[in-house]
Amino acid sequence: MTHDLGGVGLGPYLTVSAILLVLGVFGIFLNRKNIIIILMSMELILLSANLNFVAFSSALGDLSGQVFTLFVLTIAAAEAAIGLAIVTVFFRNRGSIQVEDVTMMKG
Amino acid sequence: MTALVFYVFATILVLSATMVISARNPVHSVLFLILGFFNAAGLFLLAGAEFLAMLLIIVYVGAVAVLFLFVVMMLDIRVSEAREGLQRYAPFGAAVGAVLFAELILAFGHWRIAPAIDAVPHLGQAAGETNTAALGDLIYTHYVLLFQACGLVLLVAMIGAIVLTLRERPTGRRQDIERQHARTVADTLELRRLPLGRSVRELGGFARPTSYSEAAAKGSYDPHAPVLSDESRGE
Amino acid sequence: MTSSAAIFAIAVLAPLGGSLIAGLFGRIIGDRPAQAITIGLMAAACASAIATLFSGVPQDMGTAVVSLGHWIDAGGFHANWSLRADMLSLSMVAMVTTISLCVHIYSVGYMNHEEMPTYRFFSYLSLFTFAMLMLVTSNDLIQLFFGWEGVGLVSYLLIGYWYDKPSAVAAAIKAFVVNRVADLFFLVGIALLFLQFGSVTYDNIFAVVPAQVGATYHLFGTDWPVFEVIGTLLFIGAMGKSAQLFLHTWLPDAMEGPTPVSALIHAATMVTAGVFLMARMSPLLEFAPGTKTLIVLIGGTTCFFAATVGLVQPDIKRTIAYSTCSQLGYMFMAAGVGVYQASIFHLTTHAFFKALLFLGAGSVIHAIHGEQDMFRMGGLWRKIPFTYAVMWIGSLALAGVFPFAGYWSKDGILEAMWAAQSGPATYGWAMGVVTAFITALYSWRLIFLVFHGTPRDAHLSEHAHEGGIAIVLPLGILGVGAVLAGVLLDRFYIGTAQAQFWQGSIVNGAGAAVMNRMEEVPGLIALAPSIAGLLGIAVAYLAYMARPELPASLARSLRPVYLFLLNKWYFDELYDVLFVRPYRALARILWKGADEGVVEQVPVGLARLTVGTAVQAARTQSGSIAIYAFTMLIGLVVLTTTLLFVH
Repeated sequence: MTHDLGGVGLGPYLTVSAILLVLGVFGIFLNRKNIIIILMSMELILLSANLNFVAFSSALGDLSGQVFTLFVLTIAAAEAAIGLAIVTVFFRNRGSIQVEDVTMMKG
Repeated sequence: MTALVFYVFATILVLSATMVISARNPVHSVLFLILGFFNAAGLFLLAGAEFLAMLLIIVYVGAVAVLFLFVVMMLDIRVSEAREGLQRYAPFGAAVGAVLFAELILAFGHWRIAPAIDAVPHLGQAAGETNTAALGDLIYTHYVLLFQACGLVLLVAMIGAIVLTLRERPTGRRQDIERQHARTVADTLELRRLPLGRSVRELGGFARPTSYSEAAAKGSYDPHAPVLSDESRGE
Repeated sequence: MTSSAAIFAIAVLAPLGGSLIAGLFGRIIGDRPAQAITIGLMAAACASAIATLFSGVPQDMGTAVVSLGHWIDAGGFHANWSLRADMLSLSMVAMVTTISLCVHIYSVGYMNHEEMPTYRFFSYLSLFTFAMLMLVTSNDLIQLFFGWEGVGLVSYLLIGYWYDKPSAVAAAIKAFVVNRVADLFFLVGIALLFLQFGSVTYDNIFAVVPAQVGATYHLFGTDWPVFEVIGTLLFIGAMGKSAQLFLHTWLPDAMEGPTPVSALIHAATMVTAGVFLMARMSPLLEFAPGTKTLIVLIGGTTCFFAATVGLVQPDIKRTIAYSTCSQLGYMFMAAGVGVYQASIFHLTTHAFFKALLFLGAGSVIHAIHGEQDMFRMGGLWRKIPFTYAVMWIGSLALAGVFPFAGYWSKDGILEAMWAAQSGPATYGWAMGVVTAFITALYSWRLIFLVFHGTPRDAHLSEHAHEGGIAIVLPLGILGVGAVLAGVLLDRFYIGTAQAQFWQGSIVNGAGAAVMNRMEEVPGLIALAPSIAGLLGIAVAYLAYMARPELPASLARSLRPVYLFLLNKWYFDELYDVLFVRPYRALARILWKGADEGVVEQVPVGLARLTVGTAVQAARTQSGSIAIYAFTMLIGLVVLTTTLLFVH
């Protein structure tokens, strides 16, 4: 069953999702001081992906897109949990979560 | 009407996303993130994905975003310091973001759905079936393995988060089976031949065997602490 | 294996046993038992060899081969371990074991002042004997080469026996290297022989030699007769082993080894291997007239050259060493005109009297505690009369005075040279006669300097004394040999009974006529060498006894000649300029330029490059999450761009 996406069509959805993606990317650069903001930017990026999945799923009448959105949400939740755990441990050890202080991952 | 609702949701979503990355206070960022999620859930609803919309609100807003909030509040981050150096990388980030955005717009301009898409079998939603029921049918039949794998991912993430944040604290005595098996009578019991009529007190009270400190969890017992005597314990 | 074959095998293999026991277990069983075992086994070998020689080979066969086992079977190439018993090898075996036994016994006395245990020395001596016996009893060229290399190896070990003496080590290496050069030619010769005849066994080769006389190699646009090429290659190999001119430089230096070694290896046996090879390959050489001419020329020149150098050497052992070189020249001359019997005869008598001279010289050196400079000796004859006597015998034999051993063999050779009636042979004869004079001269120079006159170093000769029984006994045996070998063996080796004696083991092609004409040489010619020898003795008496100041004034007035001779015709210097220095320069270029410059630099450079790249790559791993994220983003942009423009 093809959905008309509330009459607005696919284009606006995709545009909103693109804006969200760019904002998420921009956020990573804008916030050089706080890792948590970077994590949130990543949530935005994943949300834009979800929005794309849902929009296409409706437009094509195929529920697979929504199922994959479900999976993306799962991964996003896991990533958020692990990321926040790492941030917590890091803060506990270093007393700072500034991006520039996180330089232990060296080759 | 629905188009209007869409634009309202979309505008608020974009604005709150902007605020997420630009707010000075991380707490504000999280709150704007929650607002953004709400509006995204609205867009999901408009697209007919009711279950995912609810999921986004309940799981994301209710759990993940709140988790963010907890962490942000728990970590004592000085706001002023956190915003330093903001302008240093902004032009560069903006440039990259602009390039990306331009490319995406370009991509949308040339993009169309393949004409043969209807020939592909779709896993659609049956007439009269709710979105939730249709999704349930799908994830427990066609995608059951991937769904289980997602469960495993969450389990691993949970264990990982616990392992990462768990801090081992000396919390009193614990059972150390290896030590129990290795210990002998001489380690634990000291037999003294006392003269008749003399009490333990006169001989300086009683002491724990030295091995006690080894059996205790680290830091929970100070072997050099003064020996308890009868008086101190009785009074 | 029949009993006679078994006895023959004992003669060859007993020294190996002695060597193994002394070498491997000498440390355990001790020095004296090791000496006793090697000497005992050597005596057994000697007895077996003489017994075999007297019983002779079966009359109807001429050649008997005792097979010991397979060695190499590769396609059409076969080489076996076997002992060839014909009269040539039997006579050689008897000679080698006899001399070796004498040297073994002598060594007990000579080496008794050594601080180190000497079982190693005795093991080497026995091993050398074994290798030499393998050489002379070989039935194919591969086993011959095995023995050839074996004696070379042991020669190296024994020259460098006193390995704490740098000059000895250098001499050992020199001997080894010079021999390697010659051996290369020898090996190529063997390979060509195999290619030509498809076999390395003597009998197989000799059987088809006459059929392939006309064969040639086409090389550099010219036809080269096969037999001339092979013969010359083999002769160059023999030149190295027998220290002929151009490849002789190692022999005088080899005197750095203990004196018994010089006697055994560098006088009596190993250096005669080349002569033996010529005799062994006589059926082939008879078809290579060009090679034979070369042999005569080289042999004649060597005999003259070495004698002149020996005339001025101050070192007693070097004098005798050059004498050896010179006498080997005689032997080659005889082989060159096809009278191999005379070569072998001179080889045998020479073995006796040259071993005697060396051991006598060793006795002198032993008596005066290691001094070798003749100009520091003198007046020793009262102190060591026995040695004095045997040195006289040896010198008389060497000078070819009737009836001592050398007279018979040297006269035989010179008569043959005259009888050959060709240009090169006459050159050889002239050289031989002149050399006979010089030989007598330097021999009595040695005797007069060492034994007569007043002691030049009183302290040195004060305590001189005769060695023990172990030294005297071998000298006595060899002295008897030096007196009698010629007169007893003359009839069999080159005289009337020679054909019955050799039983075809030596082939004389054109030389057969020479053999027959030897008896018809004019009287004066036959007497010439004896006259030359006696003249030499007289001149030596004049120069070193009657007027001792004469040599010195002669050396002064003819200083360039004297220096030329003293420096051995500047061969060492010449080779130094011709080979050693260019080779060293080349090696240095290859070492510094090619090896260190290129071969080593490639891996070093690669390693440096890897390290440098890794350091640069590690620098990109700054640890900054922002940079990582940025890199990922750039990747995303690139991916998007690519997709966009590809579609």
